[in-house]
Amino acid sequence: MQLTLWTYEGPPHVGAMRVATGMRGVHYVLHAPQGDTYADLLFTMIERRDQRPPVTYTTFQARDLGGDTADLFKAAAAEAYERHRPEALLVGASCTAELIQDDPGGLARSLGLPVPVVALELPSYQRKENWGAAETFFQLVRACAGPHAPPPGTPRRERAAGQRPRCNLLGPTALGFRHRDDIREVTGLLARLGIDVHVVAPMGARPSDLATLGEADFNVVLYPEIAHSAASWLTRTFGQPSTKTVPIGVSATREFIHEVAALAGVDPAAVLADEGARSVWYSRSVDSTYLTDKRVFVFGDATHAIAAARFAAEELGFKVVGIGTYSREFARDVREAAARHGVEALITDDYLAVEAKVAELQPELVLGTQMERHVAKRLGIPCAVISAPVHVQDYPARYAPQMGFEGANVLFDTFVHPLMMGLEEHLIGMFREDFEFHGDAAPSHLGHAAAARPAPEPAAVAPTPVAAAAANTAASGPTLVWSADAEQELKKIPFFVRGKARRNTERYALERGVTTITLEALYDAKAHFGR
Amino acid sequence: MNARPAIESRTDAGGCTEVPVLRERGQREVFCGLTSIIWMHRKIQDAFFLIVGSRTCAHLMQSAAGVMIFAEPRFGTAVIEERDLAGLADANDELDRVVDELLARRPDIKLLFLVGSCPSEVIKLDLSRAAQRLSRKHYPGVRVLSYSGSGIETTFTQGEDACLAAMVPTLPQAAADAPPSLLVVGSLADVVEDQFRRVFDALGVGPVHFFPPRRAQALPPVGPNTRMLLAQPWLADTARLLEDRGARRLVAPMPIGVEGTTAWLHAAADAFGVPAARLDAVTAAARDRAMQALARHRERLAGKSIFFFPDSQLEIPLARFLARELGMRLGEVGTPFLHRAHLAAELDLLPRDVRLSEGQHVDRQLDRCRAERPDLVVCGLGLANPLEAEGLATKWSIELVFTPIQGYEQAADLAELFVRPLARRQKLVA
Repeated sequence: MQLTLWTYEGPPHVGAMRVATGMRGVHYVLHAPQGDTYADLLFTMIERRDQRPPVTYTTFQARDLGGDTADLFKAAAAEAYERHRPEALLVGASCTAELIQDDPGGLARSLGLPVPVVALELPSYQRKENWGAAETFFQLVRACAGPHAPPPGTPRRERAAGQRPRCNLLGPTALGFRHRDDIREVTGLLARLGIDVHVVAPMGARPSDLATLGEADFNVVLYPEIAHSAASWLTRTFGQPSTKTVPIGVSATREFIHEVAALAGVDPAAVLADEGARSVWYSRSVDSTYLTDKRVFVFGDATHAIAAARFAAEELGFKVVGIGTYSREFARDVREAAARHGVEALITDDYLAVEAKVAELQPELVLGTQMERHVAKRLGIPCAVISAPVHVQDYPARYAPQMGFEGANVLFDTFVHPLMMGLEEHLIGMFREDFEFHGDAAPSHLGHAAAARPAPEPAAVAPTPVAAAAANTAASGPTLVWSADAEQELKKIPFFVRGKARRNTERYALERGVTTITLEALYDAKAHFGR
Repeated sequence: MNARPAIESRTDAGGCTEVPVLRERGQREVFCGLTSIIWMHRKIQDAFFLIVGSRTCAHLMQSAAGVMIFAEPRFGTAVIEERDLAGLADANDELDRVVDELLARRPDIKLLFLVGSCPSEVIKLDLSRAAQRLSRKHYPGVRVLSYSGSGIETTFTQGEDACLAAMVPTLPQAAADAPPSLLVVGSLADVVEDQFRRVFDALGVGPVHFFPPRRAQALPPVGPNTRMLLAQPWLADTARLLEDRGARRLVAPMPIGVEGTTAWLHAAADAFGVPAARLDAVTAAARDRAMQALARHRERLAGKSIFFFPDSQLEIPLARFLARELGMRLGEVGTPFLHRAHLAAELDLLPRDVRLSEGQHVDRQLDRCRAERPDLVVCGLGLANPLEAEGLATKWSIELVFTPIQGYEQAADLAELFVRPLARRQKLVA
């Protein structure tokens, strides 16, 4: 058993729902008790979808458990087919139904429905949401495209002369982070390269579209967490190559353009000559100097975390002080990325471990999920959301892709906006005692938060004992005391670096066996750690 | 009940107590009982609710609670994993470990609920024995109780019923010769509780206890001289267990709207021998104020039709309020579960032609709703936006559970919740 307060990913059947809800012409019959319908509101409320997810829940109750839950499933599946007439029926079990072992696949097939029935085996007690989405997509692709597979070993037919190259975009689902806008951005980019998009899937595709996936020349894997297994199967079965680069950030987008241009046999020069990425110049403009070496902590799904860290480091000049993911399936990729940034990866789905890490590192910016947004808020650190899990504000009304050149522009704004602006930061450094413009003030462009300075402390501040280790853990060890003048001086340091200063000073003192932190010790530590 | 004309029981005259109910079976678009933890953990301020369940349970809680509103909530999930099911780890040992970990982290917790879920019920994990064992281990600092909030047994608000029912055996025994006391049962917002307490004080009704209490150790006594007034319609098991311990239930509608609140207070006043004139005098100002405030909303709601999807069991009291005090026309009034005895006073007040439904087959109910095209639909979050997109105005039912709506001072706030979606549609022109 694992104690969980908040969770990064839902159960695997929610991943299946993301695929089914993104598609058209699919219905999912989920063997599940009352209450599991909560998942509908993720789609109707968070993503503001205007239709119910295409899911029928069998809603069994305790009194059904003795005998007829299987009949209940068959009745629900038959009725769902009659009512919705899908082109393909997905069937599966939620965590509770998995325990009663009714075999939804066998039961649904026994109904003799005239459409493909795809039975999903999603082990709820081992796997999670993204895995469930990937498995569901893979099973659907295999069921729909499989019958059209050429005999093994058949060489891929050359594209007819004069025919434009075509690719599939794989991975976007319902409830994804900016999937809606990424599709548009990448489709536009490919169009400028002279490449047509054959099928986008799962988002917007019908089972009949999946049946034709093999007709495209190659596959673009937008979100490896969801599309990797399906794309690998398409490579094996149809000989379709697939892309490896996720086009998030200007550099990655350029690499992506080279990669698809090579796959499609087109010339990328014209597109590369006219990128339209303002972020490149913005980052080089002198105003951005203050962004140099901003310490940033990154956490999210593997794809977005790796991309955000790269963009932050290479295109904004930040310093990545930590990176992590909850996607254990992609831990290796994140570890490799961490090594490139010279840090150790945090692979965990325990948000308390992430919180402890952020508290320990005291970064100047957190790039994370809705969980990290909350953690950062508690710790008083600016934050931008870069990955699912999402909340309603992660579905902006405006066009806000993460991918392509426009995506890079969005990232520039998203990462820079939460920070104190350059000149503002300097002024606070100079006039720390200013009554309006003090270190506890929020960035001036972020509204009314923390407008008034707290009442001045009494002149004689009692020495504050602190636990030796990280501020919020009650570790045993020698007790450190801050002298009153050092404590006062610490308050003059702007809030967004104060935590780091406190931590560094205490570490410095501990390492030297100093038990009382004086003004001198504070400045000794500052000199020691100064960057 | 006797007295006031406005609230006179119509049971003898037929009323609608005997009205036929459409009972449906099928997909239910409702929360399970775990969801009631969202308000229960705010109500009992030193209690922690540990769900013993799956990732789905944890995901439900954070989704229903509106992703992380509380920095460190006083609820969590012990997620059952493959090794617990395969018997590699003794589930009880694992549970003890998780509880130790939790209590070490949260020394402020005085009452711990082990909350059963669908998976823990299906694998027959005996949480009541676990609670006894853990209670012995952590006594006297922490008391450990258990109940089931599983979807296979409970719907949404029934989770509160199961939680309170688990607490009933721990209530101190009131002496057989103790003076009569009033026990108000069911979670109310603190502000509402305080208002009612002031009214009871002014009436000279007392001592008054509220259950659940705000702190785990402030348990109200119960005994043969306890008079129990239900403040919520979903307390079937709790009321039965309190009755088993001698409490006597006062028959009243729910304290919703001016009429409901008056009748509810009247039941208490009656039981404590307070003359009707005194009740009139004590409540006159608040009643007038509430009726004036309601009059404004009545202009916008009168004649409009309303359709209820089942959600919290508050549907019948709300329908009664909207029909009688705001002049709305009732379409189908769906409720997840109809407790005829507890709602007798409510059913008496409903129009005779009301169409009640119990349980749910959501697709068929949606068909009926679309055919009826009501002016306002009360439904859950999974249905609201899709119905709006079809051109129907909706009111999210969950807001009715999370908002203080009981009592005189809240009557107009409650009405306003129904006015808002209609008013909003009128404002938006694009």
